[in-house]
Amino acid sequence: MADTITVRVLRYQPEAEEKTFWQEYEVPSRNDWVILDALNYIKDHLDGSLSFRWSCHMAVCGSCGMMVDDEPTLVCKAFLRDYPESIEIKPLANLPVHRDLMSDMDGFTDKLAKVKPYVIPAEAQSSEEGCQQSPEELAVFRQYTMCINCLLCYAACPQVGLNPGYIGPAALSLAHRYNLDSRDTGRRERNEVTASDEGVWECTFVGECSEVCPKHVDPAGAIQQMKLASSLDWLLDKLVRRDKS
Amino acid sequence: MAASNKPIIWLPFAAGGTVAAFVMPSIMVVVLLATAGYLSGGVLDFERIHGFVAHPFIRACLFFLVGLPLWHAAHRLRMTVQDLGARSATARRILAYGCYLSAGVATLLLAYSLMHGW
Amino acid sequence: MSRVQPKMPSMSYSWWVKRPNYIRYMARELTCVWIGAYAIALVIGLFRLQQGADEWQAWLAAMASTPGLVFQVLALVFALYHTISWFHLAPSTMPVWRGDQQVPPIIIEVVHYLVWIGISIVVFWLAGG
Repeated sequence: MADTITVRVLRYQPEAEEKTFWQEYEVPSRNDWVILDALNYIKDHLDGSLSFRWSCHMAVCGSCGMMVDDEPTLVCKAFLRDYPESIEIKPLANLPVHRDLMSDMDGFTDKLAKVKPYVIPAEAQSSEEGCQQSPEELAVFRQYTMCINCLLCYAACPQVGLNPGYIGPAALSLAHRYNLDSRDTGRRERNEVTASDEGVWECTFVGECSEVCPKHVDPAGAIQQMKLASSLDWLLDKLVRRDKS
Repeated sequence: MAASNKPIIWLPFAAGGTVAAFVMPSIMVVVLLATAGYLSGGVLDFERIHGFVAHPFIRACLFFLVGLPLWHAAHRLRMTVQDLGARSATARRILAYGCYLSAGVATLLLAYSLMHGW
Repeated sequence: MSRVQPKMPSMSYSWWVKRPNYIRYMARELTCVWIGAYAIALVIGLFRLQQGADEWQAWLAAMASTPGLVFQVLALVFALYHTISWFHLAPSTMPVWRGDQQVPPIIIEVVHYLVWIGISIVVFWLAGG
């Protein structure tokens, strides 16, 4: 392994310079370092102005998502030894950028709030009965609880890039998590958003979201299941003309 | 936001894709081998095929087996051309109408062919 | 921190050549052109069938011509790619649970292939019968 690695970063410092620009740093290359360690080395020793988010350093907080050589990556679990001697780092694709490698999360958090990501219980539910759930019932939705909101899926999804209003993979998967939860009765309420034209119908099953997801949530699968479920809801509503309360 | 009426397009798309996946390759193989002359026994002879299609049940099946893939293709083509470049609202509207109207015309022709003169 | 947001860069028109999976996706989507074209060919065939024996023969002759055969071969290749990609994606749209264990997706995919073989056998038998 070489002694150093060249890290090229796409900078954006809006108060100083309107356009983005590339900056190169030579960073020591340790066998047990991840790309996040290289970025911290840059910030500590070479250039304190480099801005990026990170927290847990163990792929559970979802803060450090970036494009590494055009691949959506959590830089805390990308080892330098697995990369060539020069790497390029950019902020996550398809998302607005605040500064350097910090993407704007507000668009996403708005979308997340819209899908009502919480259990909507049945109205007359006794506090003893309502919270019981068998292992089988949990198993059905457990996978979709694993999302760490890292937004790698948004960077991978071309429909997010092509349709900025698209709710997107992570938010839709979380809606699915609640729709599948046996304690929840809110599917039809969520359909107002998830089955809208900005919801699941923007998805064309490219599937790249599931490919890049570090937690194996499979948002693509979740969305297709929601397409089917909301279509059947729609059909039932048209056939039975029931009151959607 | 409100729940979209997309299912009216998506359900035929999904059904058509399923029909196409399960049924089209074998039909294609039969027609290809017969027209290329590799099958003996007059597989696609007029009397034979006409007699087969004459059954109302067969014609009903054919309506779905041939018709659903039309709608699958129309919707998928629309989404793909959108992916490839149709970005403005006008372009998208023209594209959608173009695709679904074509499928509609083909479906009408299919229905006519399966009902007239049998 | 001030919220200075640059305009989002618009997606390049060649976005889909940039990743191998995007290219695979586009190839998969474009199978619909062949499926649609073949379905239309069948519609025309059925139209000719109800017109009469001569018109049906003319349709067969067109399908048997060189461009017709090329079309049929290409349509078959793309239809097979449609089938394979459809069956590969089907398991994620229909998870099956036995207790708290999920039936492995590969089983669902294999069942699709078995059903496909069964249906194909029926089609071949009807054709030959």
